[in-house]
Amino acid sequence: MTTTDQLEADQQAGVVIDAAGLHYRDLNRRVRELVAAGETALTLRNVRGQRYIGDGLKGKDVRITIHGVPGGDLAAFMDGPTLEVFGNGQDAACNTMNDGVVIIHGNAGDALGYGMRGGSLFVRGDAGYRVGIHMKAYKTQIPAVVIGGCVGDFFGEYMAGGTLVVLGLDHKPGKRLVGDYLASGIHGGEIFLRATPDMLPKAPYLSVEPVGADGLKALTPRLRAFAEAFSLDAEELLTGPFTRLTPISHRPFAAKYAPA
Amino acid sequence: MQGHTPFDLTERNLSGCGLSAMMSRRGNLVNGEAIIRSIGLLQERGNGLGGGFAVYGCYPHYADEFAFHLMYYTSRAQEETERYLDEHFELVHEEHIPTRPVEGVDPATAPALRRYFLHPKPLKLAESMLPTAEDYVLRAVMDINVRINEAYVFSSGKNMGAFKAVGSAHEVGHFYRLEEYQGYIWISHDRFPTNTPGWWGGAHPFTMLDFAVVHNGEISSYGINKRYLEQFGYQCTLRTDTEVMAYLLDLLLRRHKLPVDVACTVMAAPFWRDIDALAESDPAKAELYRTLRMVYAGALVNGPFAIVFGHRRGMVGLNDRIKLRPLVAAEKDDWVMLSSEESGILEMCHNPDSIWAPRGGEPTIVELDADVFPEVPSAVARADFGPLSSLELNR
Repeated sequence: MTTTDQLEADQQAGVVIDAAGLHYRDLNRRVRELVAAGETALTLRNVRGQRYIGDGLKGKDVRITIHGVPGGDLAAFMDGPTLEVFGNGQDAACNTMNDGVVIIHGNAGDALGYGMRGGSLFVRGDAGYRVGIHMKAYKTQIPAVVIGGCVGDFFGEYMAGGTLVVLGLDHKPGKRLVGDYLASGIHGGEIFLRATPDMLPKAPYLSVEPVGADGLKALTPRLRAFAEAFSLDAEELLTGPFTRLTPISHRPFAAKYAPA
Repeated sequence: MQGHTPFDLTERNLSGCGLSAMMSRRGNLVNGEAIIRSIGLLQERGNGLGGGFAVYGCYPHYADEFAFHLMYYTSRAQEETERYLDEHFELVHEEHIPTRPVEGVDPATAPALRRYFLHPKPLKLAESMLPTAEDYVLRAVMDINVRINEAYVFSSGKNMGAFKAVGSAHEVGHFYRLEEYQGYIWISHDRFPTNTPGWWGGAHPFTMLDFAVVHNGEISSYGINKRYLEQFGYQCTLRTDTEVMAYLLDLLLRRHKLPVDVACTVMAAPFWRDIDALAESDPAKAELYRTLRMVYAGALVNGPFAIVFGHRRGMVGLNDRIKLRPLVAAEKDDWVMLSSEESGILEMCHNPDSIWAPRGGEPTIVELDADVFPEVPSAVARADFGPLSSLELNR
């Protein structure tokens, strides 16, 4: 690496924090102090299980690079920054996130995007149970979660708004794209699965339709961003096939306990 | 809390627990440092009101004796217990359980801790009409825990031991000097008591004979399980829901000789809708599931849980059917690791060969290779029966 390259790499990395052995309170206090002091590029190395990284952090221009495995509630309530994780994520990333981008290069855990209300979460690999639970949207605030691999049960449970996408990249035979109880209790938002409708389980509460080029328009910018984040071929991703799932009813449980 | 009375039944706290475990399929021994580091990393999952460990292979010099670990809150409890043990057992060795003072484990709340290596007196065993020495030990554990005030047996297996206290798990590990013990299975737990008091006997693991279990979650079927177990001579005395799991394992695996995966199917039974769906493709298996659910209705463990349990030839991780608590698994050479979080695994092994999240209700079963420790009998039948969730179900 030349001196110029090194300089450029250092500038991109910004302030480097070695998180090895740091308690999450100390780590997050340092991050908040640096961002408050005007730093826009941070790199956290040797992260291992520290919770709440990026929580409540503001600033569209703030970019934090994380090496290791960040703990639960990554980017909870975050409002603007970009977090990029070179490693796997744990549970409840992007809990109630308001704005910003989270990019996870590995797999991620359960309950991602819980109650998420804006911004994007991109996971290159697989994700666990209850991804997108209680996700919501309001006018121009439309959150999106794009999973590169497969997801577990209760995907989009009680979903009220926003966009969920599962791409099934590197799909191994016999492995299911989505688990059981897909979108149970969904009453808003939309789910795109890179599959044909006949590959999906039937659910009486879901409207299931194949999506052509027109139907993909709104999704295209986010799929391009996903492809860019992971150096994938966007055109190939966009060829699909995609199936769009939406709720049949805005009140799926209206008649559960009393006559409608 | 007043004096040594360890219970305030109105005490409630909220939230979860952490667990970590490791096992060598080749029976390779390690000391407690790695497991202490791992559970220490998860300390936010606990709140300092209980930590504990189970280790297998730790008493090679007394491998054929039952190792009783006792906690005594009064000297009278100790006298009565030792009288009971003298009457019923041949004592091979007894001693204090070595500890060191550590911050976080309050000596004021600590009971006296002693261990006894023993086996039943042959004549007494014959007179008891009980079928095995293990049943005799089970009865003795119940006698002491139920009848002797403020004395509790918290470990009773062979060549294994449970170590637990009020404190954070990594502090408890240092308190018991676990770096001085060697084992091929280590199971650990950091507690965040939810519905029951944080006292020494309520820390995990819970044990019966060679079985030890740690648990993150709550057992909403506790009352049903407790009453079911009472029919088989088990009395719950430790005021924490997880206790029923230790006795269910002893009942299902040792006494009823269910294969380990079948026992897991009993505790985390498939939903009726899944059994109905299976009836078309595999009616025999659907019938088996239906039968198990009916015969063992009282052993179904309801509510959110992630557990790890150990026995002398293996270790099992299991989630509730809809995975309401986290569990991650990993492999490296002959080692298998389980933890509430991936970070907890990396603290035991920074470069695992593979790492995955088991599905809800699908047990992760780890066993010693057949040629390892051939003298150690298997407490459980070998797994031979695929779990439901591994089947392709088309609904």
